[in-house]
Amino acid sequence: MTAVPASTSTRSVPKLLSRPRAQTGMWSWFTTTDHKKIGIMYFVAAMFFFVVAGIEALLLRVQLAVPENTFLSPEVYNQLFTMHGVTMVFFVGIPLGSAFFNYLMPLQIGARDVAFPRLNGFSFWVFCAAGIFMYSGLLMGGLPDGGWFNYAPLSTTVGPDPSGYTTAAAAGGGAGELSGQVHMQRMLLYSVGLQIAGIASLATAVNLIVTVLNMRAPGMTLMRMPIMTWIGFIWSFMVLFAMPVIGIALWELMFDIRFDTHFFNPAAGADPVLWQHMFWLFGHPEVYILIFPAFGILSEVIPTFARKPLFGYTAMVFATIAIGFLGWGVWAHHMFATGMGPIANTAFSLTTMFIAVPTGVKIFNWLGTMWGGKLKLNAAMLFAIGTVAMFTIGGLSGVTHSVVPHNYQQTDTYYVVAHFHYVLFGGLVFGAIAGMYYWYPKVTGRMMNERLGKLNFWTLLVGFNITFGLMHFLGLWGMPRRIDTYAAGFGWARLNYIITIGAFIIAGSVALLVLNMLVSAFRGERAGDDPWDARTLEWMTSSPPPHYNFPETPQVSARDELWHRKHAVAHNGDYVRVPAGGSDDTVTHDEEHADIHMPDPSFFPLLAAIGMPIMGWALFTGGATMIVTLAIGAVITFGALFGWAFEPSAEEAH
Amino acid sequence: MADASVTTAGASEQSHATSLGLSNEKLGMWTLIGSECLFFGALISAYLMYYGRYNGQPEISPALYDIPFTSVSTFVLLMSSLGMVLALAAIQRGDDRGFRIWILSTALLGSVFLAGQIYEFTWFVEEGMTLTTSPFTSAFYVLTGFHGMHVTVGVLMLVTLWARSMTGRLTSAHADVVENIGLYWHFVDIVWIVIFTAIYLIPYEQATG
Repeated sequence: MTAVPASTSTRSVPKLLSRPRAQTGMWSWFTTTDHKKIGIMYFVAAMFFFVVAGIEALLLRVQLAVPENTFLSPEVYNQLFTMHGVTMVFFVGIPLGSAFFNYLMPLQIGARDVAFPRLNGFSFWVFCAAGIFMYSGLLMGGLPDGGWFNYAPLSTTVGPDPSGYTTAAAAGGGAGELSGQVHMQRMLLYSVGLQIAGIASLATAVNLIVTVLNMRAPGMTLMRMPIMTWIGFIWSFMVLFAMPVIGIALWELMFDIRFDTHFFNPAAGADPVLWQHMFWLFGHPEVYILIFPAFGILSEVIPTFARKPLFGYTAMVFATIAIGFLGWGVWAHHMFATGMGPIANTAFSLTTMFIAVPTGVKIFNWLGTMWGGKLKLNAAMLFAIGTVAMFTIGGLSGVTHSVVPHNYQQTDTYYVVAHFHYVLFGGLVFGAIAGMYYWYPKVTGRMMNERLGKLNFWTLLVGFNITFGLMHFLGLWGMPRRIDTYAAGFGWARLNYIITIGAFIIAGSVALLVLNMLVSAFRGERAGDDPWDARTLEWMTSSPPPHYNFPETPQVSARDELWHRKHAVAHNGDYVRVPAGGSDDTVTHDEEHADIHMPDPSFFPLLAAIGMPIMGWALFTGGATMIVTLAIGAVITFGALFGWAFEPSAEEAH
Repeated sequence: MADASVTTAGASEQSHATSLGLSNEKLGMWTLIGSECLFFGALISAYLMYYGRYNGQPEISPALYDIPFTSVSTFVLLMSSLGMVLALAAIQRGDDRGFRIWILSTALLGSVFLAGQIYEFTWFVEEGMTLTTSPFTSAFYVLTGFHGMHVTVGVLMLVTLWARSMTGRLTSAHADVVENIGLYWHFVDIVWIVIFTAIYLIPYEQATG
């Protein structure tokens, strides 16, 4: 057993930044090391950014609703579509994964917390700092405007003149006419902000990998782990290896912009395509990083509501690993149009077709799980089935991109926009919402409203298909992406108008979801420990779980452990339901488990995160101001890390 | 009382055995090192790609490299790994005095390497090779500078270990901390072997651009 006797000492000496102990109240959220609280904060932050990026998308759609519209200026339009993409990918997609995996993985493997609880808090606060840093452009010269993949030399050649920068006054750009300095500021925001966000993801990845490898409950072998945890494990490896690549690309971009180096400057003989290679070597694993949480959620939701074990568990695990490997060999299919030559094009075309195979294995496993099952079509299951269908459409249009001649035709058209919204909105967002309906009772202890949930599903499905389905046609009719307006005679006007209506249906549906969550937190009926009759360990503990997760560490003897605890083998070999309470170790909730040793809260993760954007903002100044600001940020961050390393546990601090 | 252990993260606050029998901190360090390989890999790729792109200034080329000088500082850095091994062995057998000598020697050798790098950079700049000369020089400075940052962080950690030992707060009970920092230090040395080979030992070609 893990329990060790608590220290008997009680006297505490007040001290600057002494280790906080509170488990409730506002400060407990700022200092928490509890993976569940951090998961909830990740979720709330991701939903906040989801709404922000959604509003940006609505503004874009209003602009495009009618031809030759002047609702947004081209300059504002560029910032909005860039920030829509950057926010959705880096501040919604990745943190949603972090939220689900943080909350669920320790529970699913029977652990009390992650391996490095303070590092976990650090990840979250650094992610918040990165978000604030990115949007601080609103108070400066504007937001990044080079697209989410921000190709060089567009991102570097306009403006960077560090020598002139420190002396010249920061003149603002006129309408449509950008001064070099404003452009430089915007690109610096992009390069530094995403580096900070990358640090957060990297820390999460290290943390989760060690957690899965080292913190499993007795008997929880790798092949008994719930599939959500398996996918989170592979997800972490992809983050671990993808973030350094973009990190270095952004580091070099930062040097190009701020210190006038020549990494991506063709005028100095450098190769701007290097940026594209580095970006997509990160960027393609990144799309799997985005979709994996949804894969994990589907693999939990579908078996539960099909009343069957997951079809082909082993195949699912190995398909995930296969995607994890193959995901590294397909990046250049984003770059067919750069003229890499027929050999490279053929090779990447083939690997792109290959990677559809393990993805297809997953789709068939979900279908096989539903086949012959007693489907319970509640909101969570509807969203899960919706994900399978919509993601399959997106996957198929993805395979059409692997055909190089076809790709040449579609590059930079709305066909591409349609494709990646089918995989990311139809996959990630639908899947994540399925997960929200499924785990909401565990997190809050209350059920979400089913009728609102079903309304949420059908409106979202309709709105989604109107919006993005029609974009396929626009793309094939030649409408390029990222144009702020179009002439009336191109024949794109009617579809664009309908698409804008679809976007507002989506917005209404998301409002229903948020409303459902907020109202259910107070009005929802009580959930109980296991409202769905589920299979995995998180449903064994109370809802919401106590901060120590399990009063006693569960002993695991089977895959789908909880299901096996609820069933026994009858004489004829069939499984029969064990009456409630018949399980061999009943979980008790009433005792106060004072002897369980949990990680203490800490101020240092938050403090260490605060220094990072300060160092980032230093780059926007020059000369002595820059050095001093850099030093202040560095002292805060490294001082906090130093204090962190030597921080005593709460008992030792007496 | 205030016998605070030098832990890098909170997991050692939980006292149960891990699934793999390896401490969380050590596994975390190995995971981080896996990630670091990609950081350096990306920088080395950029350097190799820009090898020979002199931006119309062919005189600023690898011909400036002083290979004997850098070989000596490479040797110094590699010897520091030996010091690290001896420091770990000393603290594992409870020899605090030996530990302090070797950990300080390791930090000193690391500092000598850094001093060599600063000297080399200064000399190059005086020769007209700056960060902004060409893609080749940008890649050179950012790669070696990134490595130098890693050595600096390592030296700071080693000096901290020495200071903790001097004040009696680092004993053989914390040998695992020394081992983890040692893993980092060895990685920084090993990656320098790759960088040194890529930068200094590949014969340079005449200017192409």
